[in-house]
Amino acid sequence: MAKLTLADLKKLRESKVAEINQRNPENKTVQVIVGMGTCGIAAGAKATFDAFVDALGKAGVDYVTIRQTGCMGLCHSEPTVEVVAPDMPTVMYGKVDADTARRIVNEHILQKKLVDDHIFDKPAADIVGGR
Amino acid sequence: MHPTVCDTLADIAQNSIEAGAAEIEIRLARNARETIVSVKDNGCGMTAEQKRKAEDPFYTAPGKHPGRKVGLGLPFARMTAEQCGGRWTLESEPGKGTFVEFSMAADNVDAPPLGDVPATLVGLMAWDGDREIRVVREDVGGSYEVARSELSEALGGDWSDAGTLAMAKEFFSSNEDEITTTR
Repeated sequence: MAKLTLADLKKLRESKVAEINQRNPENKTVQVIVGMGTCGIAAGAKATFDAFVDALGKAGVDYVTIRQTGCMGLCHSEPTVEVVAPDMPTVMYGKVDADTARRIVNEHILQKKLVDDHIFDKPAADIVGGR
Repeated sequence: MHPTVCDTLADIAQNSIEAGAAEIEIRLARNARETIVSVKDNGCGMTAEQKRKAEDPFYTAPGKHPGRKVGLGLPFARMTAEQCGGRWTLESEPGKGTFVEFSMAADNVDAPPLGDVPATLVGLMAWDGDREIRVVREDVGGSYEVARSELSEALGGDWSDAGTLAMAKEFFSSNEDEITTTR
């Protein structure tokens, strides 16, 4: 791959400006939140995050916000990913490797179908609240 | 220890983000003798007592993981340095910031691989919030430096957008190809 400079990057963005201009941040209705604590990183959360970026980019989906957070309390099931989408329950997915991330994009986000075999509940209040 | 150098870097740099740093400088350098990683921030910093505890794996900063009794980021980095013939430095001052540096000897059989540098750096740039992150990257074939603000200016600044992140990754990948190849 030829080395990209910041000027090249600016040109690359400008070449896609029409597409970008169609995006309205307020229309971003879906949130994908990847747990990136020590436990998540150790279990491969960076590859998970990267797979979401790749799959959403390839799908041309512009209504999804990708965010990161620290440990969400499910260290035994890392990498964990929370998906918040309208008209669907907020879901915590566990053991989300790159393949599962692509399934979440294809099934949960594009087809509005839950990826049943990776759903985990949120941790009990005594863990989250420290009681 | 974490499986790759980049995993440890991501973990340490996340501490800086959580410490409220407005400026973070990340250096990842590799030469024939060693790999060196450093993260310097102007976050909340630590007292001498907090600094001592931060190296204890059975301690975590209050509020970071309520109800938990482990904090493994800094201990993993220290373990990596100590097990791989490297050096370990942790300096911090309350209100001024923290400097973490660890290295690994290139010929140490336990030294972890570098890992996915572009994905790691894009992930760090993409954390919510407004802060400057300067990356200094040196390897066998050359070096490059870039700041988050420069990338934001080129890319429009929406770090939660998949298209923006993909373009940033393309930038880092092309620069990594350049410096990790001996021409």
